[in-house]
Amino acid sequence: MRVIAAMSGGVDSAVAAARAVEAGHEVIGVHLALSSNPQKYRSGARGCCTVEDSHDARRAADVVGIPFYIWDMAEEFHEGVVENFLSEYAAGRTPNPCLRCNEKIKFAAVLDRARAMGFDGVVTGHYARTREGANGKTLHRAIDNSKDQSYVLSVLTVEQIAGAIFPLGDTEKVDIRKEAATRGLSVANKPDSHDICFVPSGDNAGWLHERLGSEVGPIVDQDGKEIGQHKGAYTYTIGQRKGLGLSVPTLDGSPRFVLKIEPKTNTVVVGSREELAITTMYGENPVWCGPAVTQTPQEGFVQIRAHGQPLPCTYYLFDNRLVATLQDPLLGLATGQAMAIYDGDRVVGSATVCETKA
Amino acid sequence: MSVYLDHAATTPMVDAAIVAMTKQLGKLGNPSSLHTPGRSARKDIEQAREVLARVVDCAPSEIIFTASGTEANNTALKGLFWKSRAEGKNVVVISAVEHHAIIDPAAWLGEHEGAEVIEIQVNKNGVIDLKQLGDLIKTRGDEIAFISIMHANNETGVIQPIAQVTALAREGSIPVHCDAVQSFGKVSLSFAGLGLSALTLSAHKIGGPLGIGVLVFQRGVEIPALLHGGGQEREIRSGTLNAPAIVAFAAAAQQAIPSSQIASLRDLLIAGIKQAIPDAYINGEGEKLPGIVNATFPGTESDTLLLLLDAQGIAASTGSACSAGVQRPSHVLLAMGHSDKSARSSLRFSLGTQTTREEIEETLNVLPQVIERARAANLR
Ligand SMILES: Cc1ncc(COP(=O)(O)O)c(C=O)c1O
Repeated sequence: MRVIAAMSGGVDSAVAAARAVEAGHEVIGVHLALSSNPQKYRSGARGCCTVEDSHDARRAADVVGIPFYIWDMAEEFHEGVVENFLSEYAAGRTPNPCLRCNEKIKFAAVLDRARAMGFDGVVTGHYARTREGANGKTLHRAIDNSKDQSYVLSVLTVEQIAGAIFPLGDTEKVDIRKEAATRGLSVANKPDSHDICFVPSGDNAGWLHERLGSEVGPIVDQDGKEIGQHKGAYTYTIGQRKGLGLSVPTLDGSPRFVLKIEPKTNTVVVGSREELAITTMYGENPVWCGPAVTQTPQEGFVQIRAHGQPLPCTYYLFDNRLVATLQDPLLGLATGQAMAIYDGDRVVGSATVCETKA
Repeated sequence: MSVYLDHAATTPMVDAAIVAMTKQLGKLGNPSSLHTPGRSARKDIEQAREVLARVVDCAPSEIIFTASGTEANNTALKGLFWKSRAEGKNVVVISAVEHHAIIDPAAWLGEHEGAEVIEIQVNKNGVIDLKQLGDLIKTRGDEIAFISIMHANNETGVIQPIAQVTALAREGSIPVHCDAVQSFGKVSLSFAGLGLSALTLSAHKIGGPLGIGVLVFQRGVEIPALLHGGGQEREIRSGTLNAPAIVAFAAAAQQAIPSSQIASLRDLLIAGIKQAIPDAYINGEGEKLPGIVNATFPGTESDTLLLLLDAQGIAASTGSACSAGVQRPSHVLLAMGHSDKSARSSLRFSLGTQTTREEIEETLNVLPQVIERARAANLR
């Protein structure tokens, strides 16, 4: 096949490109420039898309022996990921930008463009696996559980999965680093990037404050009594305990948690740990990575964070919303996060959490 | 088949230059040394200097060797500015379509040295507005430190009316620098005839090696240097001279003769483009270099075009600078009235003495399919 290898400048995508070449594909390396105003250097594990990263990607492509280009996706990234991130926070939800980037950039803008240019698919360094089945390609967890990235890929449609190649899913991360060193890739020891790439300082709250303002609002308890103030409801996440700065203690001295964020009134509602507990979650805009979920309840697992635990649940579709009822109650679930459904290690699909119930 | 249509970026070295360079690499001697090997190296350099002086019609002592065209531009602009500032002049005049090796040092003078930078605008064909320049000289002539206008544009090949610029400048006794990196060796060029104060040349655009340039700088006028040291090159450019590159530059310059064959291949390419892609258009009409074709293909993005052409073995370019590897819309095309979008849909094909008819035919052969693909891939 003729494929585009998305090369971030990190070790994973470099090895993925090398493996794709070895698998016999005709590979062209592409680095996505996602910031119209990139920083020169990367500091520690923060961010990506610096000029230095694009240089690392180019050198990796040289070593692998493939052509290399830079694609400017800054506009698409800004619209599809950064603005979405801001508006979700402003609406009191907690978004996952990596997931949006896979959905809107890597496997949409890039894959569409690649296909139009005559390529068959896109290779990335994600830790996930695909399998050819009777009904097409399906998406599965990686062997390395601690690195598994199937969650942030759970927004891919069957069409997109058909064009996705993940050469690293069957290998442990430590072995990828060793392999990179053996292949002579200078990025073998480059630290992984962790934080949100477009917030290079790593200070999410500060970054949001700069863009969404710092309007003071009340922190209230379940009865609506004001017990404190905050500087922007959007910087809180449901389930959050630290950083509330409350001076009125609870009667029994137990800690308080964020229960609800009400962006319209700029209010943060807090309460006890017990009040956080939910058993049912509802997700909107579901995407299926294989056969669609139906009204008939199925047993499976739901995952609500990138490296979170899979939680046993019953899932089904109701009123075009994906519903998951948990076996055991869960403490704190922010709306805006993705609920990814698994059938064993297969990703069934996902939806954006829009409502929860105790 | 591999097709190289990026001669405006750099050219293959001509045999005479390779021979001259490799021969010189085997020779010992610092040209500044007084002993026999030193004098021998010096002799080779002075011969090369005389050859270049003859080709560009200046005195040998006016040739200052630098390590690039970029360095020559920086030496000229900063030196001329510092000299004129001491006389109370701080206005720097350039055109809106200069190469970054002019725009950026001028901007630097603005940011750090108190220069006021004024850009002369161009019309839709990319030719400078002589009236704007004339009016500026009339009203503020005694404030102008220097004027720097390029001879031929690197993206479009459009040639500027330099003789008229120097004629206007002469009334105010304003020094004129000209970046002739693209035109040297391709159209006739006379330092003395144009009445210039300074002129920039670079070897790698005419079949010479990379990393050697020339600043032709008027005799009898001295400017502050950028590099201080051994006092070589009239103390305007210190540093041990790069004899192998210098002799190769001269060898290439001797061979560089304006060629009509390139122009006819260019016309073949233009006609073919217009026929195959009816809505494509060529940027810059009028007097131009023989080897540059800048075309806009509506509905495409240049980086997609470059990738698809490269995959077919065809090396072309946008001709504009990129920042961090990302193509920016060309300031030259924007100055000529393009929108961001149409500027981003443009490509430069540049031909050289080695370009063959087969290369042009091959390019025209693959172009329709490449344009079609690029249009499909343009999702914006
Ligand atoms: C018009 C013009 N000026 C200056 C330069 C820079 O010359 P050099 O590459 O020798 O630094 C170039 C080459 O890209 C050019 O086209």
